[in-house]
Amino acid sequence: MKAMVIAVLTVGGLTWAVERFPPPQFESNYVRPTEVLRGPRPVIWESIDLAVLFAGLFLASLFVHKVRYRRAIFGLMIVSLLYLGFFRKGCICPVGALQNVASAVFTQGRSIPLFVVLLFVGPLLFSLFFGRVFCGAVCPLGAVQDLVVVRPLSIPGWLESIGRLAGYTYLGLAVITAAISGVFLVCRYDPFVSIFRFSGNLYILILGGCLVVIGLFVARPYCRFVCPYGMILRNLSRLARRPVTISPEDCINCGLCAAACPFGAIKGPTRPLQRAMISRFRGLFLAWLVGTIILILAGLWLGRMAGSGISRLDTTVQMAASLAKKRVGPSYIQEAVAAYLASGGSAEGLTQDAAAILARYRLGGALLGAWMGLVIGAKALAACMVRPGKDYYADPASCLACGRCFVYCPKEHLRRGDVRSDHGQN
Amino acid sequence: MKEDHQRILTRRTFLKEAIWGGCLAGLGGLVGLSWTRSTRSGTVWQIDPAKCIACGRCATHCVLQPSAVRCVHDFKMCGYCRICFGFFDPQPFAINEGAENQLCPTGALKRRFVEDPYYEYTVDEGLCIGCGRCVKGCNAFGNGSLKLQVKQDICAHCNNCSIAEVCPSGAFNRIPKAQAYLWGMER
Repeated sequence: MKAMVIAVLTVGGLTWAVERFPPPQFESNYVRPTEVLRGPRPVIWESIDLAVLFAGLFLASLFVHKVRYRRAIFGLMIVSLLYLGFFRKGCICPVGALQNVASAVFTQGRSIPLFVVLLFVGPLLFSLFFGRVFCGAVCPLGAVQDLVVVRPLSIPGWLESIGRLAGYTYLGLAVITAAISGVFLVCRYDPFVSIFRFSGNLYILILGGCLVVIGLFVARPYCRFVCPYGMILRNLSRLARRPVTISPEDCINCGLCAAACPFGAIKGPTRPLQRAMISRFRGLFLAWLVGTIILILAGLWLGRMAGSGISRLDTTVQMAASLAKKRVGPSYIQEAVAAYLASGGSAEGLTQDAAAILARYRLGGALLGAWMGLVIGAKALAACMVRPGKDYYADPASCLACGRCFVYCPKEHLRRGDVRSDHGQN
Repeated sequence: MKEDHQRILTRRTFLKEAIWGGCLAGLGGLVGLSWTRSTRSGTVWQIDPAKCIACGRCATHCVLQPSAVRCVHDFKMCGYCRICFGFFDPQPFAINEGAENQLCPTGALKRRFVEDPYYEYTVDEGLCIGCGRCVKGCNAFGNGSLKLQVKQDICAHCNNCSIAEVCPSGAFNRIPKAQAYLWGMER
């Protein structure tokens, strides 16, 4: 057989493919078969997924604000868990879409399907109007945790506030890694996706299992302390046109709702401050305003130093480190270096690329540090602002719109007509 | 005092309204900015055969078991070799279909006599685990007609493909849904 070399154009660019043995001309009536290649799901499914998401958001808003019926919210949550979770395998996910958007917005040349943008924006838009209805009834990750709320412990507000720093850090980290390297951390460490698929990485499965066990005692731990999308939603919900209310009727200060809420989202009445305290708090507020600026500056500096550490998430940086024998990366990194060199890449080129990425990570790290400074400062400032109120109310930021308090509010029972008020009748 | 209280409330409400409007505009701006960079059709994960080094990670790192990556055979490129190094172990005991002579760990690659001296090789998708041993052999000694490809009907379309994460040659990428398979050469 003659060896023959034919240059062929490839899809990716000009490369040389070797055709050592020319395809034979058959003398018998043999017909070459063709490989059956089945395509992905038709594009129409994207519209269906989007329609399901928006229908879910719309119904959730309706159930939380108009119907005010816990079982309806719970039912919707189950349907959503079955569709977005088990049927769509948890990968029609606004939480993860955060990274696709960050990656497309901050990097030239990366594109994003329109449907992913809408997936990301939809729940945020609804939160500006109706609060976190996405969290309560649509998000499949939330639904898994909501099902295991058995014996929720009450967590002090300050501890919860500190715990949320994890979520804010995760949010910042997810955005900068997605923007610089296209590394999707939130998807990589999505703890419940293995449960939806009944398969996947063992460690992630263990992580998911641990969160479910923790979730028995700390209601919805991922949503409250980790979820980066939840951190955006909670702050947009503060501005909600119609925040979730426990009851449209007047509060009788029985406190049953606060006891019923597993997420500690219901705040009780606070007495108005005395004059001396007001001036003291005002002083504290001003001091913290300066403190926040210092924190942001400190964050810039610390974050810049942390940048090189974060850059290790990037494949190119790992390859350069492995090439320079600074660190022995995982086996695929060593193979990647070999493949890079074999395909004609130069060691200097790799080092230069890595240096450029490292510089971007230093900037990203500095911004992450500043962001964390701002978050901590804002938390301190918020602690100085006391909102006086006579009634129990659902904190729009922490309220996950699950509707549990509706069941416990006696005024709701009256309004609904489940029980009759005998006042003034006998 | 009462008047003062009301004035503060209005200021606070005004500020809230302004931030609310700002957030709405921000979301709108985000949609607008993404719109300019958007593609109408979605994307799928696929392996570029020109870059693939058949390292075998596709078989082990996919969240699906067995992997969504399978071997596909481009019959138009195949040389129908009698001694195929995608099929045979590089040092076979004998040139026959005995299991000890085969490279494929699951026996997914089938060999059938066509006419002298040509043999046809077909991949049984149900048996293939996407380990890429045959692909490696075919690339090294043959035409490279055996290729690893993501079977799009099996793929779970994860947002963050766990194979792409560990692909050493950068062969695993998102491509437009419209052309969901890459052959690595013009067909």
